[in-house]
Amino acid sequence: MVSDSKQVLYGLYNDEEDLKGAIRAANAAHLDIMDVYTPFPVHGLDPILGLKESRLHYLGFIYGTIGCLFAFLTMTWIFTSDWPIVFGGKPYWSIPAFIPITFELTVLFAAWGMTLTFYTICGLWPGVKAQSLDNRITDDKFCIAFDVTAASDNAVDGLKQFFGTTQAAEVNIKTM
Amino acid sequence: MSQAVAPVRHILIEGNKSYHNITEDLCTPTEKAPSREWVIAFALASAFLGLYLFAIVWTVWKGIGEWGANRTINWAWDITNFVWWIGIGHAGTLISAILLLFRQRWRTGVNRAAEAMTIFAVICAGQFPIFHMGRVWLAFFIFPFPNTRGPLWTNFNSPLLWDVFAISTYFSVSLLFWYTGLVPDLATVRDRATGYRRKIYETFSFGWTGSAKHWQRWEALSLVLAGISTPLVLSVHTIVSFDFATSVIPGWHTTIFPPYFVAGAIFSGFAMVQTLMVLTRKVLGLQEYITINHIESMNKVIVLTGTIVGVAYLTELFIAWYSGYIYEQFAFYNRVFGIYWWSYFGMMFCNVVSPQLFWSRSIRRSVWWTFFLSVLVNIGMWFERFVIIATTLARDYLPSSWSYYNPTWVEISIFTGTIGLFFTLYLIFTRVAPVIAIAEVKAILKVAGDQYIGPNAKKHADDAEKVEEPKH
Repeated sequence: MVSDSKQVLYGLYNDEEDLKGAIRAANAAHLDIMDVYTPFPVHGLDPILGLKESRLHYLGFIYGTIGCLFAFLTMTWIFTSDWPIVFGGKPYWSIPAFIPITFELTVLFAAWGMTLTFYTICGLWPGVKAQSLDNRITDDKFCIAFDVTAASDNAVDGLKQFFGTTQAAEVNIKTM
Repeated sequence: MSQAVAPVRHILIEGNKSYHNITEDLCTPTEKAPSREWVIAFALASAFLGLYLFAIVWTVWKGIGEWGANRTINWAWDITNFVWWIGIGHAGTLISAILLLFRQRWRTGVNRAAEAMTIFAVICAGQFPIFHMGRVWLAFFIFPFPNTRGPLWTNFNSPLLWDVFAISTYFSVSLLFWYTGLVPDLATVRDRATGYRRKIYETFSFGWTGSAKHWQRWEALSLVLAGISTPLVLSVHTIVSFDFATSVIPGWHTTIFPPYFVAGAIFSGFAMVQTLMVLTRKVLGLQEYITINHIESMNKVIVLTGTIVGVAYLTELFIAWYSGYIYEQFAFYNRVFGIYWWSYFGMMFCNVVSPQLFWSRSIRRSVWWTFFLSVLVNIGMWFERFVIIATTLARDYLPSSWSYYNPTWVEISIFTGTIGLFFTLYLIFTRVAPVIAIAEVKAILKVAGDQYIGPNAKKHADDAEKVEEPKH
């Protein structure tokens, strides 16, 4: 189990360009960044943070395929075996008429599946208390956080120095 | 102008905003006491909502015989209103999905409100077919589920059932899209709030922190949702048009219906967005975020889709004549010169003639003209649905069953009541959530803010050598 409380040292930057510069500097100094928090999606952050591309869209494809098959096969089963009815002299298995519903359920399953997966893997749900370091991160501050729970005083000082040289506007430590 | 900035880039955020200014400006409407205009508008909207509830209870209690619809004109105001509202509900997802795929930055100013509008419009639309069923307590029969009646299933070959799937999918996917976009902004409101408001926004923002990985996934999700919502939004009105096009009624049985309905839906949706945005930016003081450039961009969409709709009207007439089929020819002659000629000419004037004024740049950029013409388009698009439905049914195959239709007070109350429902929901929305996507506006600040581009740009932005984005 992960221990409940964590010591986090974080620095706030005023601009996303400062943030990106600082991350590059941290990479150069081989510092282990815990996380980066921004008020909006900052482009160009993923490669320098070493974040791999999200695989959410593969899942979207799988969910969509499930929805597509579910719709088509259910209608097929109902109209050819469970309760076949002739509508207007058409064949029981009237594929063109199944296309609209098959399409709609493909979209429905893909959208719901992906969205629910997104909230689940991000740990975002109603009732989750935000592990927020600073209220201004959702406003205009860009934050780099280091986990310093097990770090020596020397290491913490080194990180503080790093924030100093990269022009962080503020440096704080927080237990969460 | 500098060479570094493409001349096609318009200023989309005025007033030399910093990130913090954006947060302030967009969160404040949810934090301060409502203005007098809001209270008056809300009182009026809820009065109409009350009227709606009264008329619905009346309908359910007495039956739909209380409506003016009759055996010949069995679809009348109800389906007209349904198609009208669904059409209005098309702009939101179009703006958020298609314009996201096309990387149109101006969408950020209007997408949030347009998506909310979509959801509310679909809620209003849903009322009509549901209550038209008559025995509304059996409405759940429209969903296929294993039941004790056989199990007897729904008819999957029926366009009416396709509509059930299309509209419920559209509603729920639009809701997901809208809410997922809203979560980071609700977190912004949360982080500014104290006391019980903070608790409420904590629940609704799902514990959002703004972590880089979350943003990455959030963007991936938005992009794929946009990708699948784009065919979805086109499918919804296509399927609504199938309700008519797959029938064997002259005047309805035409292959032009799907594209013509979709263009009409986008047309009316944008008109409603304009009506609302012009009011919202004024009442909430958001002129620096919903700029004249935004209004002009939307007016361009209106003139394009209005022209497509106009071409479709003329094509219909031409094909009816060219078909050499007298029933088809009669249906269209009757549509133009028959008993409901006034609604045809109303439609032609409002939908085809009036938006052509937007070819003029000064009219396109005038708030008053925009408001006036957007209301006209809304009226015209209502006429269009009335023309298609009532005119066609009033003169069917047997002259002995020809009929005329007048709405009763119940139908008028339900229709005006749904407008009340719509505005009640919209007004509540403007109080509880930021009406402009805060995070998305911040993300385009440095490419569309007036301190970075355009004539107000600071000196260093003109320096073509400078690659780094300027700081504020």
